[in-house]
Amino acid sequence: MNTFSDSFSTALSLLLNADAHLYGIVGLSLRVSCIAVLLAAVFALPLGAMLAVSKFPGSRTLTVLINGFMGLPAVVVGLAVYLLLSRAGPLGQLGLLFTPTAMSIAQAVLVFPLIAAITRQIVEDAWLEYTEQLQSLGTSNWQAALTLLWDTRWSLSTVMLAGFGRAIAEVGAVMIVGGNIEGVTRVMTTAIALETSKGDLPLALGLGIVLVVIVLVLNAIAHFIRSWAARGGWK
Amino acid sequence: MNPAFSSLRRLLLAAAVSAPLAATLSAHAADDFITVSSTTSTEQSGLFNFILPIFSKDSGIKVRVVALGTGQALDMARRGDADVVFVHDKVAEEKFIAEGFGVKRQEVMYNDFILIGPKDDPAKVAGGKDITEALKKIEAAKAQFVSRGDKSGTHAAELRLWKLAGIDLDKAKGPWYKDTGSGMGPALNSAAAMNGYILADRGTWLSFKNRQNLSIVVEGDKRLFNQYGVILVNPAKHPHVKVAAGQKFIDWIVSPAGQRAIAAYKIGDDQLFFPNAEQAAEAKPVARKK
Amino acid sequence: MNTSTQAAALAMFPLQAHALGFAAGEKQILDGVDLRLERGSFTAVLGPNGAGKSVLMRLLHGLLVPTTGRVQWGGLETRPAQQAMLFQRPVMLRRSVLGNVIYGLHVQGVAAAEARQRAQAALARVGLVHLADRPARVLSGGEQQRVALARAVALEPAILFLDEPTASLDPVATRAIEATLAELHAQGTTIVMVTHHLGQARRLAQDIVFVQEGRVTEHTPATEFFRQPRSTAASDFLQEELP
Repeated sequence: MNTFSDSFSTALSLLLNADAHLYGIVGLSLRVSCIAVLLAAVFALPLGAMLAVSKFPGSRTLTVLINGFMGLPAVVVGLAVYLLLSRAGPLGQLGLLFTPTAMSIAQAVLVFPLIAAITRQIVEDAWLEYTEQLQSLGTSNWQAALTLLWDTRWSLSTVMLAGFGRAIAEVGAVMIVGGNIEGVTRVMTTAIALETSKGDLPLALGLGIVLVVIVLVLNAIAHFIRSWAARGGWK
Repeated sequence: MNPAFSSLRRLLLAAAVSAPLAATLSAHAADDFITVSSTTSTEQSGLFNFILPIFSKDSGIKVRVVALGTGQALDMARRGDADVVFVHDKVAEEKFIAEGFGVKRQEVMYNDFILIGPKDDPAKVAGGKDITEALKKIEAAKAQFVSRGDKSGTHAAELRLWKLAGIDLDKAKGPWYKDTGSGMGPALNSAAAMNGYILADRGTWLSFKNRQNLSIVVEGDKRLFNQYGVILVNPAKHPHVKVAAGQKFIDWIVSPAGQRAIAAYKIGDDQLFFPNAEQAAEAKPVARKK
Repeated sequence: MNTSTQAAALAMFPLQAHALGFAAGEKQILDGVDLRLERGSFTAVLGPNGAGKSVLMRLLHGLLVPTTGRVQWGGLETRPAQQAMLFQRPVMLRRSVLGNVIYGLHVQGVAAAEARQRAQAALARVGLVHLADRPARVLSGGEQQRVALARAVALEPAILFLDEPTASLDPVATRAIEATLAELHAQGTTIVMVTHHLGQARRLAQDIVFVQEGRVTEHTPATEFFRQPRSTAASDFLQEELP
C-alpha cells in the first residue's frame, strides 16, 4: 500500500466529485476562520498600531506579553475558552459551547497575539519614517495609528493571511470548544483528526491535501488582488 | 469625526458588528437538538452515523454527538454541557448517578473488548480464551503493550483486567508499557506502528482501517464484556438540560425500534453492537460467531 | 486667511528663543541660543554639517522639546497651530497626491468640501494639478517635495520651516520650489529655511542665522553677511562652500 499516492488520488477525487458533505465542511472551516480573523483584527490592529506609535505606562510589558503569546498552544486556548463557555463557566448562560461561534472565538484568541504583534512591528517601521511629518501636521496618536494602519494595509493583509493560516490549520482548540459534531462543528482539521483516529490514513491525508489546496488558492487570490492594486499604484 | 480615517473606521466597524452577529445567528438557527456526550467507540465505529438519522427522522430532533473518552464525557455532563450521556463504564456511570448528576442509568447494548496483537505474537497469546493469562504472558515477555491511558471506558476496563491478572501495574510498568493518553483510534495507530498489543473495543476495531500487522489474539472471555448505558443529565443540577427531547432519545434507543436499529448496524458481515435494553425482549443478544 | 486667523498670526510674533539648548544623551547639540524672528521675515539658517541647524528648526517648530531654555511665540509658550515644516526627504502617504494634501487639512479639522477646494488650490500653486489623482509615492523626488510644499501651503501657515528642502532635487525642481517660496514670502508668510546652497540663500533670504558648533554666532541681514561676515568661522564657511 502506498499511502501517499492513495492520498493524492483520494484528494483529487474529493475535489473533482464536488462532494456536498466535503464542501459543507470546507465552507464551515472557511467561515469559522474568516470570522475569527476579522474578530481578532478588530482589536489587534488598533492595539498593535497604538503600541507602535505611543509609549504609555505598561506598553512595553504589553508588547512583550503579546510577542510571547504568539506561541500560545492551541489546546490551552481551547481549554480556556471551553471553561469560559461551559455551562458551569462564567459565560455558560450564552449556550455557545459546541457552536461555530465558540470555534471562531477560540481561533480569534489564538491569532490575536500574532496579528497584534506583527502589526505593531510593521506599523512601528512605518512610524519611523512618518513620525516627524505627522507630528508636524499635528496628528494625535490615535490619528497617527489609523493613518499608519491605512498606509501599511498591503503589508497588514499579509498578516491577516498569516492569521487565517494559523486559524484554519489549527485543530486542538476547535476540537475542544466545537466538539467535532458532524454537520455542526466539524471542520477540515477535526475531520482529518477523526479519519486519522479511524485509521483511514489515505482519506485523512487526502483531506489534508484538500485543505492545503484551499489555503494555497486563497493566498494566490490575495496575492493577485494585491499585485493588481499595486499596479494601480496604490501600493 | 475626522473624515481622513473614515474608510478604515468603517471597515473596522463593519467587521466588529457583522462578524459575531453572523456567527450567532447561525448558531441559534436550529434549536431542535440535543447534545449527547458519548465515547469515541460509538462515534468512530460509525454506529451513530447509522442510527441517529433514523431517530431524527422519526422525532424531528437532531442529535449532536461530542465523542470523548468515557471519563471526559461524564465530566462534560457534570459541567452541564450535555443533555444525555451515552458511555460504557458501569462503575463510573453509577458514581455519576450517585453524585446526583444523572437521573437514571439504563442499559442499551453491549459488545466486547478484544485483545489485539501483532501477527508474529511475541508473547505467544494468540488463540487463547483467557484474558488474564494473556496479560500475564505479555507482562512476563515484556512485549510492547499500548494503553489508552485517558480515563476512558476501555482504559478503565484494561486496568480492571490487569488487576484481575494479579499484576500491579505501578510496579510492573516499564518501557514495554506505553501509556499514550489518546483515543481508541490514535492508540490503535500507535499499536500498529510499534507492533504492540492493545485492548480495544470490537466496534472501533471492525471499522479501523490502518491495521497493518495487527489482528485479534484473544476474544470471547466473559470478562471482556462491554456494557453501554445511557443517562439523562439531571435537570435539578443543570436547569437548561433539554429534558423532554433528551428523554425522547433515551426512550427511543431502548425501544424496540431503537434496539433494532442498533442490531442492524454491520460492517461487512460483522454486527458491532448487541442491543440488550430491558424493554427490548425481542432484540435478543445474538450469539457471537467464530 | 480670514480675520480671526490673521489676528492669531499677528499675535504669534515675534518668535523668540531664550537660552535654548538641546542635549541628546551626553552630547550637547545646541546650547544657549537666543534668537528673535520677526513677522514676515525670510531667514536662511547656514552653518557646517552637524552644527545643530536641523535641531534648531525642530525645536522652533515644536517637534523636539528643549532640554534647557524656551521658545516663545508672541511672548507665550503655547505652540500655535498655524505653522508647517518641509523636510529634506518628503514623506508621502500611501494615497493620491490630492489625498496627501487633503490629509493635512483633515488633521486640522477642516471640513471635507473646503479641504478639497483648498487642496486643489494649493496644488495649482505648485503646478501639480495634473498629478492630483496619481499615487503620491510613485512621483519623482522633485514632484514629491512640491506635493509636500502644497500640503504645507494648504494649511495657510503663518510661518513655514524648511530643512534643506532642495538638497536632493535637480535644478528645475529647485527653481520651482524657490519660486513658490518667494511668492509665499511676498504674500506675508514668515519663512525659516536651512540650506547648504549659498546661491539659494542669496536669492531668497533677507536675514542669515549662522550656526556653529551648537551656537548661533551671527544673525545679520543677508546683504551684510555675504559682504563681510563678522566671524572668521562664517567667512571660512563662505569660502569653502560652493556658491
